[in-house]
Amino acid sequence: MRVKRGLAEMLKGGVIMDVVTPEQAKIAEDAGACAVMALERVPADIRRDGGVARMSDPEMIEGIQAMVSIPVMAKVRIGHFVEAQILEALGVDFIDESEVLTPADETHHIDKFNFSVPFVCGATNLGEALRRISEGACMIRSKGEAGTGNIVEAVRHLRSIIGDIRRITQADSAELFDWAKKLQAPLPLVQEVAELGWLPVPMFCAGGIATPADAALAMQLGAEAVFVGSGIFKSDDPAPRARAIVEATTHFRDASILAKVSRGLGAPMTGIAMDEINQRYAERGW
Amino acid sequence: MQSVVGDLKHEVTQLPMPTVGVLALQGAFNAHAQALRQLNVDVREVRLPQDLDGVDGVVLPGGESTTMSQLLLTSGVFEVLTQRVEDGLPVMGTCAGLILLAKRVLDARPDQVSCSVLDVTVRRNGYGRQIDSFEADIAVTGLETPLTAVFIRAPIIEEVGSGVEVIAQHNGVPVAVASQNVLAASFHPELTNDVRFHELFLHMISSGSIVRNDR
Repeated sequence: MRVKRGLAEMLKGGVIMDVVTPEQAKIAEDAGACAVMALERVPADIRRDGGVARMSDPEMIEGIQAMVSIPVMAKVRIGHFVEAQILEALGVDFIDESEVLTPADETHHIDKFNFSVPFVCGATNLGEALRRISEGACMIRSKGEAGTGNIVEAVRHLRSIIGDIRRITQADSAELFDWAKKLQAPLPLVQEVAELGWLPVPMFCAGGIATPADAALAMQLGAEAVFVGSGIFKSDDPAPRARAIVEATTHFRDASILAKVSRGLGAPMTGIAMDEINQRYAERGW
Repeated sequence: MQSVVGDLKHEVTQLPMPTVGVLALQGAFNAHAQALRQLNVDVREVRLPQDLDGVDGVVLPGGESTTMSQLLLTSGVFEVLTQRVEDGLPVMGTCAGLILLAKRVLDARPDQVSCSVLDVTVRRNGYGRQIDSFEADIAVTGLETPLTAVFIRAPIIEEVGSGVEVIAQHNGVPVAVASQNVLAASFHPELTNDVRFHELFLHMISSGSIVRNDR
């Protein structure tokens, strides 16, 4: 477990970028990404195209592995443990059991203890985060709403998770039983959160980050690193934007650096408001 | 050659609290900061050159060396850090931190920088991908009992120069080395609750040299 959680620890303070080709992976590495997420379509395109979104073609993942030296992650459908077995066989460094793909199981997530490769899972609230950790997730990412370029949902989820962590640290031992019941999460994990004042695994932010300021907002709210999906390669000029988001994630409290790196990046992805979307990916997962 | 690590038990506790900078551009800096705070060290996160002012030592954590290399350059920390370390500032590097200290780095990006203060050859990701990551109990010079070492996509030390002492090995391969003011490991001492490796570094800071003074 320490070895699996260890890689999550190494990615802290960094930016994990969605890429769909080896060329994009190279741009991401050149820009200072600490890892790339290999997938067939970025969330904005999945949203536009509809249909069933699945694990990427192994050939495409291998192409990206051959192109970069940083960790390569890839997504599987919720509950699709065979896709996970395939990614593990490919030597992928981290698996994202992701709501962005079409779920394969409407009740069960993958038993992640069966794998030696670490998993990251999304969460919208603390109970969901702890259920994923109880299944063996080594990293939690707040879900946000992928493919929208709109940070509002990520903020909601981060505030919900971190707010409840703060409240739990103030609870007495008897109240923790009630918290476990309300959160529908295992009591030992609730007690661990009360003790640590944090999740037992790193928590990153995903879903809706489109600008350096968005990345710094997530970090200031308490995220320990960020995932950027459509925000980079759906913008006008991906390379400088990617570099700027890397700088902003490191210097997230330094407003003068944030001002400097936010200049002249061209147009960000257009983005969509929440009342314009008909499918909320964040509602997938149980 | 003399052993680089002396008997630490007394020296560390007697001295005033040192200030240690932890490079906080990307990676496991928080885990290092926690380990150092357990040893009553005043920890400072280093993101800009001025954060190095007045530190008694600096830690380069694990993370992605390519990312850190780029941020070292854009922040201006690289130049100041290299100068300070060349001037004798004690430095500890773990995993990616080892890569940032090594004179020769294989499988690196061509634009990747290193402080080049440690006469070793390391190969990035030399132990393989995450599925090859592992834990092992290893003997370390100066520590009475073995240390649990966590290797995460670790670099492998392939050659060690004459001025560098190997202080730990795994399967015959060097995994921790020391030379003058530099202590480095290919594993992650910050990922366990055992802070003895960090104590070795504090010894290096307090004695002014890692070469043991046989008092």
